[in-house]
Amino acid sequence: MAAPLINIKEVSYEYEQTKALDHISMAVEEGDFLAILGPNGSGKSTLLKIMLGLIRPSEGSVELFGVDSRQFKHREWIGYVSQKSNSFNSAFPATVQEVVAGGLAKKAGLFHKLPKNTAQQVEEALNAVGMKSFKNRSISELSGGQQQRVFIARALVAKPKVLILDEPTVGIDVQNVQAFYDMLAALNRERNITLVLVTHDVDTVTDRISHVACLNQTIHFHGFKDQLHMMSDEEREAWYGHSVRKIHHTEGSHTHA
Amino acid sequence: MLDAILSYEFLQNAFASGLIIGVIAPLLGVFIVVRRLSLIADALSHVTLAGIAGSLYLSQSVGALALLNPLYLGIASSVMGSMLIERLRSVYKHYEELAIPIILSAGIGFGAIFISLAEGFSSDLFGYLFGTVSAVSRQDLFIVAGIAVIVLAFIRIFFKELFVLSFDDEYARASGLPAKWIHFLFMIVTALVIAGSMRIVGILLVSSLMTIPVATAMRVAKSFKQTIWLSILFGEISVLTGLVTAFYFDLAPGGTIVVTSIAILLVILAYRKISLSKKRGAAA
Ligand SMILES: Nc1ncnc2c1ncn2[C@@H]1O[C@H](COP(=O)(O)OP(=O)(O)OP(=O)(O)O)[C@@H](O)[C@H]1O
Ligand SMILES: [Mg+2]
Repeated sequence: MAAPLINIKEVSYEYEQTKALDHISMAVEEGDFLAILGPNGSGKSTLLKIMLGLIRPSEGSVELFGVDSRQFKHREWIGYVSQKSNSFNSAFPATVQEVVAGGLAKKAGLFHKLPKNTAQQVEEALNAVGMKSFKNRSISELSGGQQQRVFIARALVAKPKVLILDEPTVGIDVQNVQAFYDMLAALNRERNITLVLVTHDVDTVTDRISHVACLNQTIHFHGFKDQLHMMSDEEREAWYGHSVRKIHHTEGSHTHA
Repeated sequence: MLDAILSYEFLQNAFASGLIIGVIAPLLGVFIVVRRLSLIADALSHVTLAGIAGSLYLSQSVGALALLNPLYLGIASSVMGSMLIERLRSVYKHYEELAIPIILSAGIGFGAIFISLAEGFSSDLFGYLFGTVSAVSRQDLFIVAGIAVIVLAFIRIFFKELFVLSFDDEYARASGLPAKWIHFLFMIVTALVIAGSMRIVGILLVSSLMTIPVATAMRVAKSFKQTIWLSILFGEISVLTGLVTAFYFDLAPGGTIVVTSIAILLVILAYRKISLSKKRGAAA
C-alpha cells in the first residue's frame, strides 16, 4: 500500500504555557475526506499547523507523502485555507485575480515567473468557488464570506493533492455553507483531492465526509464516520467534557443532545 | 533649467540621482507600507544618521579617512540597524514594535554624540538632514545607481514571493516559500534604499518619499500593480518638482519634495471626495 499522504507519529506540542497536543498519532490516506472535531482550544488548529510545517512538533515526527516533513519539498501539493484569515492584511490594495494568482507562486518556483496561462487557471479556480465575476474587484471591498471563498480559490489554483481547511465556513451564510461543502465533496470525488477539515458544522458535514477524528489534546477517536457511534458516552464525555450532538446516522435522522 | 542642467555637473548629479530615487523609494515603499513597516524605515534613517555623523567625525579626526564618502558608513550602519531590528523583533515576540523606538533612539543617540564631538560640519550635516541640490557628487550618483540596480533586480526576481509574503505571511510560510530569507533580503534592500535616498531628500524625510506617494496611490489604484506604477509616478513628480523649486529658490530639496508629495496627496483626496459625492448625487 502506498504511504499515507500525512502521517503524524507520536506528536506532542507545547506552547509556552499550554500543552496543546499530547502524543498524537494519525494517518490521512489518499482520497480521505477527514473532519477533525473538538471543542475550542482542543488543539485542532495546532495540529493543522504541524501538518503544514508552520510549527515544529516538540516531540514526534510528521511524514508527508512518505517523506519526513523537514525534507519535504513539494508544499504546493498541499493547499491551505487558514482559520478566518487574521494573518492577512485586510486593507491590502490588490484585486481578487492577483490574490488568487499568488497561490501559484510556490508551484512556479523561485526565480521563475508565473506561467503564461495564469489568468486562465485563476479563472477556473474562481469559477469553482462561484466568484468568477469578482475577479477584478478589490479584495478589501469583499465581505468576509466572499474573501474566504477567494482564499479557497487561492488554495485550489495550484491543483493541490491535499487541501487543509481550518473552519473555512466561518462567516459564510447557511445556504452557502451547504453549497460550500457540496463543492468540497465534489473536489474529493471528482478530482480525488484529499481533504482535512476542521469544523464545528457537525450536522452539515456528516453526509459528505468519510472519516472523523475527535481531538482534545489526544485523539479520542479516529476512523470511518460510520464507526463513530461505537464511541461510548463516557468516551464522548472525556473528549468534549460535556455531552455533544451525536452524529445523526447513528439514530437515523438528526438527533440533538 | 535644461541648459543649467546641461552646463553644471552638480545639477546633473542631483537630477539623475533624484530621478533614480523617485523610482526606487516609492517602489520599495509599496511593500513597506502594505507590510506596515513604515516606522522601520524611520528607525533605519536615524541609524543612517549615526553612520553619516560618525563618518564625518572620523574624517575630521583620522587623516587617512578624510576622503571617505560618508555614504559608505551610512549604508553600513543602516544595514546593521536592519539586522538589529530583526533580532530585537524576535526577542520581543509579543511586542515586535518595541524594536523600532529602541533602534531609533540608538540612532539619534549616537548621531548626537558624533555631531557634538566634531564641530564645524554644520553645512554638510544640514545637507544630510534635509537633502541637497548642490553637494551631490559623481560618486554619490554612482552609489545611488548601484543601489538602484540591486533594488530593481531584487524586486524583479522575487516579485511574486514578495507579493504573497506581504499579503499574508502565514500563507507564504505554509505554501513553502522561503519567507524568512526573502524578508531578510528585503530588510537589507530597504536599508540600502534609505541610505541611498538620503543624499537628495535627507535623513529626516527619507521615509516620507517611501510612504506618501504610496498612500496617495492606494486611494486611486484598483490593483497591486497599479499601486506600484502610480506610486512611482507620484514619487517622480514630487522629486522633479521639488528639485526644480529647491534649485530656483535655494531651498532644501527634502522639504520641497515632501511638500509636493503632500500636495499631490491632498489633491487626490479632494478629487476622490468630489467624485464620490457626485456619484452619490447621481444615485439619489
Ligand atoms: N500562539 C499561541 N500561544 C500560546 N498558546 C496558544 C497559541 N495558540 C493556541 N494556544 C493554546 O493551545 C491550545 C490549542 O489551541 P488551538 O488554536 O490549536 O485550538 P483549536 O482547537 O483550534 O480551537 P478553536 O476551535 O477555538 O479554533 C489552546 O489551549 C490555546 O490556548
Ligand atoms: Mg482553531
